[in-house]
Amino acid sequence: MKQPFEKVVTEHGATVLRVCRAVVGPTDADDAWSETFLAAMRAYPELPADANLEAWLVTIAYRKAIDLLRARRRRATPVDEVPEKASSEIGGTYDSDVWMYVKDLPDKQRQVIAYHYLAGLPYADIAGILGGTSEAARRAASDGIAALRRHLADAQSKGNNR
Amino acid sequence: MSPNTGEPNVPAMFTPLTTVAPGVLEKLHVALENAAGREGILDVTYRTIDTPVGTLLLAATEKGVIRVAYDSEDHAVVLEGLAATLSPRILHAPGRLDAVAREIDEYFARRRTRFDVPLDLSLTTGFRRSVLEHLPQIAYGHTQSYADVARTVGNPKAARAVGSACATNPLPVVIPCHRVVRGDGTLGGYVGGPAAKSALLDLETAAA
Repeated sequence: MKQPFEKVVTEHGATVLRVCRAVVGPTDADDAWSETFLAAMRAYPELPADANLEAWLVTIAYRKAIDLLRARRRRATPVDEVPEKASSEIGGTYDSDVWMYVKDLPDKQRQVIAYHYLAGLPYADIAGILGGTSEAARRAASDGIAALRRHLADAQSKGNNR
Repeated sequence: MSPNTGEPNVPAMFTPLTTVAPGVLEKLHVALENAAGREGILDVTYRTIDTPVGTLLLAATEKGVIRVAYDSEDHAVVLEGLAATLSPRILHAPGRLDAVAREIDEYFARRRTRFDVPLDLSLTTGFRRSVLEHLPQIAYGHTQSYADVARTVGNPKAARAVGSACATNPLPVVIPCHRVVRGDGTLGGYVGGPAAKSALLDLETAAA
């Protein structure tokens, strides 16, 4: 039997927000969250009762967030790139920058990191969504994490040298 | 070797992405209620309200209030039932049920003797529905017997069916099935239990 949609929102709202943040960052994540749950609510009556709700939602969330990111990039002129960098230097803590590097990861690494570390999905479920093996998903995640650590370390040493 | 499943050990660098500040999801929820309402995909809304007869669940469609449920009916089960019979597109949206909540508050404060909010009777059909449509005509503070109601709706032999119409009233309190009692003056059954039934009748008698 299908649960009231309210239950879907309360149980998975935070997870969906985390996935959106991984792709579009903390500010635009709210818009991606709204788009995700609107689309999910529209489709919900037709969803098979035995579907994996969390996997379904994070897939929608990732797609909606990517759409939003692409729309933002299309609108952004080269001039717009400058304040983005500047603000990261001003606000520049090690922590708040992480999403800027997550969003520039290769698609697969970013997606696996969003699903595993931010949504909490096991690698087996991720392999089910993306195709391929659990092992490949795990490898993409660890490559992504290594790249992120490198970027963050670079950024920190640059900041310290200033 | 770490196991394949279970919660991942999340590196500290993700903390700013995983931390959800208090109030953030609540704000997003309200925005979702509004957007879904605008798009016409918010099929059922609900809220609860505390009253002297316990916490009542109130649910509404676009047409009006469709369900009032006592605690004893188990609100989660009632909502699952609405998901199955009406639509699973159900959200907790208290603001959208302000009008009926206010009228119920006024009723329990003895400042209201009839309900004016639009009702959606689509959870009931046929004879049961005609019984429920008659009940608001029993004046506040008064009662009718099951047999009286059966006669009024044009089916004098149907006292027992009137009883089951009352027992399955999807809108107790708002549609006053508590004003229907046995011919011998005893209370008879009630969806909210006998204590709630006598509490409502006492409230109305004291106010009238």
